[in-house]
Amino acid sequence: MNKYYLGIDLGSTTSKAVIIDENDQIIGRGITNTRANYKVAADIAREEAIYDARFTLLSNIIKTDMEAKPEFKKYMEDIRTVFQYQQFKRRMEILEEKLVKTSEAFPYPNKNEIIDRLKSILNVIRPQIRHEFVHGGLGSKNQFFRDIVSERYNLEVAKAGKEFYEPLMLAFDKSITPVENEMVQYNFKELILESMKVLEEKYKGLADEQEDGSKEDWYYAELNAVRNNYKNVELSLREHFELVAEQEIHIANMVGTGYGRALLPFPEECIKSEILCHAFGAHAVFPNTRTVLDIGGQDTKAIQVDSHGLVTSFHMNDRCAAGCGRYLGYIADEFGISLNELGPEAMSATKETTICSTCTVFAGAEVKELIHNGEERPNILAGLHKAIVQRAMSLIARSGGVKNEFTFTGGVARNQAVLKYVKQMVTESYGEVTMNIHTDSIFMGALGGAMFARRNVTAALPA
Amino acid sequence: MEAQKERSMILQKEMVSGLFNELGRAKETGRKVCYTFVPGNLSELIRTFDLLPVYPEINALQSAMRKKSAGYIKEAEKNAHSEDVCTYVKCDVGMMMKGNFGPTGEKIPEPDILLLSYTGCFTFLKWFETLKRLYPNAEVIMIHTPYQEAGKMTPEMTQYMVRQFREEVIPKMEKVTGIKYDEEKLKYHLNLAKEAQDWIAKIFETTKHKPSPIDAYFAGVYYIGPINIGFRGTPEAVEYYKALYEEIMERVRLGLGPITPEGEMKEEKYRLVVEGPPNWTSFREFWKLFYDMGAVIVASSYTKVGGVYDLGWRHDSTRPLESLSEYCMNCYTNLNIPQRIDLLSKCITEYSADGYVTNSIKSCNSFSAGQLGMMREIEDRLEIPVGFIESDLVDPRYFSYSNIKNRLESFFQMLEQRKKIVKTETV
Repeated sequence: MNKYYLGIDLGSTTSKAVIIDENDQIIGRGITNTRANYKVAADIAREEAIYDARFTLLSNIIKTDMEAKPEFKKYMEDIRTVFQYQQFKRRMEILEEKLVKTSEAFPYPNKNEIIDRLKSILNVIRPQIRHEFVHGGLGSKNQFFRDIVSERYNLEVAKAGKEFYEPLMLAFDKSITPVENEMVQYNFKELILESMKVLEEKYKGLADEQEDGSKEDWYYAELNAVRNNYKNVELSLREHFELVAEQEIHIANMVGTGYGRALLPFPEECIKSEILCHAFGAHAVFPNTRTVLDIGGQDTKAIQVDSHGLVTSFHMNDRCAAGCGRYLGYIADEFGISLNELGPEAMSATKETTICSTCTVFAGAEVKELIHNGEERPNILAGLHKAIVQRAMSLIARSGGVKNEFTFTGGVARNQAVLKYVKQMVTESYGEVTMNIHTDSIFMGALGGAMFARRNVTAALPA
Repeated sequence: MEAQKERSMILQKEMVSGLFNELGRAKETGRKVCYTFVPGNLSELIRTFDLLPVYPEINALQSAMRKKSAGYIKEAEKNAHSEDVCTYVKCDVGMMMKGNFGPTGEKIPEPDILLLSYTGCFTFLKWFETLKRLYPNAEVIMIHTPYQEAGKMTPEMTQYMVRQFREEVIPKMEKVTGIKYDEEKLKYHLNLAKEAQDWIAKIFETTKHKPSPIDAYFAGVYYIGPINIGFRGTPEAVEYYKALYEEIMERVRLGLGPITPEGEMKEEKYRLVVEGPPNWTSFREFWKLFYDMGAVIVASSYTKVGGVYDLGWRHDSTRPLESLSEYCMNCYTNLNIPQRIDLLSKCITEYSADGYVTNSIKSCNSFSAGQLGMMREIEDRLEIPVGFIESDLVDPRYFSYSNIKNRLESFFQMLEQRKKIVKTETV
């Protein structure tokens, strides 16, 4: 039986899970937003990683086909996002029920009207979201249940008229948290079958649309190929997925890390510091790394590692959230935009406004003053991004500077503006050094955890 | 578990309570009181003039351990002492404002002399300036102690200090006490001081044993008590250190590790050298973070604040005033940074330490300046894992248990992982 190893990184903003095989290869990744119930967050991340692992196993079986035939590749991409949708749908059903129930308990005199309005909103956003998953690839965009629903829900509530605004928002706030903190059981096989049905509809639909003469941009080779050949792919998948669905993903050992690690229901020896895990993960992916910068939600860490990937020293921010992910969250709230919009908007700046505050809360006051003075929003955002990186640079300097290859990890590494300033400032201070930023940067801590899990087991086994 | 009481502990308790008793009765007995600081303290000279010493920073740390410092600091801040001022100062000033009842609850007499014999800490100067305003009748004696900028004490530096002793310190002490300077008496105390120093140097060398029989930081701060608070140069101190040494050697003979507040440490997993003073407000919690992980401190810079004896320096009764001068110049924070690095490196190597930890104190310039650079240099020179934590002396607001725990956990895991790798490499 194959052995797999699980690493869970329970961060303050997101919870990540990574499953590796005995060669340290990542076969599964899972990510969700961290919520009040840490166990649920960890379980969801782990379940997702296990599904992802099954897809990886499936992809490995049909590897030759996937390499040779575009329809296989496209189909696999599509089925993953639709599979995500199927999970989303289950949870959405629970949320809808909860929303109605919450509203029914309201003391408002126009309660029934509110419920009607609520239902009509749900009727609008339900197909909207489905469409975005099935046709827009929403599943691959790393958005979480709460974000997906609230974005669309809020938009509709805004249209619903003043008298409904407060009760509808209240209904959502009261319902989302318990629904999020509930573990939903899915059946991989069932979800796959349902996803196949959805895809069949999709591809059929595509053919019809073409006959209608519409000029959608789906008209490219892969899609065309899959439109004509999806039946073949389906046939081939049916042959294998049952095997994959039934296969036991035997987790031989696991390690939990991150800000919430102490709350994980893991034995003590399976809990490791995120500093070690991030460094170990980053070093595994980029073996020449000597300096790792991790900007997470709760803290920023500058870590020095040796040739084994072991930490020799580290420095972390203390006493203030300025300079880490939370700062960005706070700023996004100040501007009333989503976290994902921050980076791109900052990238469109024509200059960087100087933000000198080192405190998250005081930065808010500075921002308000700047807006009042008519400063452009992108410029303010650019200044804020730069301020974060300046704080990180000071930590890097304290930890001993950039010695050799530099690797940037953590959720904030996905923010293009932060990335831009990190590159700029590291080069300014330390000259031309190799800088590594991986698409999986957010998973580095979980990866390091999984790698520790594999090593600890090996160490305990007789030679 | 009940803390184990050894003979040395009883002796120390007697000495300390004896001193506070005498201080409490100073008004009746007519003895003069000298406020002074631990680094560069002129214990032997103070005894020669039959003065009673008061150490404001010791009172501050004692107040912190008795959970009284927060209130005192608040009191000082109410009186316009900024948040960034050294918390020893604020605690002390606050204590005075609240009636100057010492940590043991006895009233501390007003100073007749404010004796500053170490100027490496600029705050000390300002501290006594403040106290001078509170106690206008006190005689202020300030000796300028040259910093070991070039990494050594030159004859000129010593002469410069001896002149201050002759022209300023001794005449003023004679004036306040009405006692004539008696060099023979000073020599007597200096001989005893040397003896105590010999013992204490031997005591801190016992950590070379594995397991180390003592913790040279958390228990070390108790061990340096008598030598630093006015008993250096007395037969009591010699007796204390002799007893302590014997107790420790008994532990060595039995192969025992250090005693912690929760009893004996069972397994020595990590041997560390620590730079910087401890946190006093959460001293037990802080210590526990180490001993729970099986970490023992084999050497610390803090236990050298009252004198560096590792390199062979001792008081010398044949050159009494020169010896006092050198003593002032030779306290740990008066060494230049390269000297400190050399000293710590020596400790790391000789006591086979696995790691080096810096506890950086928010409000202490004497210790904090240069700490990061020292850590880098030690890391590079010895290729040893280093850890950095931040806390404060006596302000409980600056002790963040979870932050320190998080960093220490990571640090211990670093050491653990390193041990595993080294083990596999050597196999």
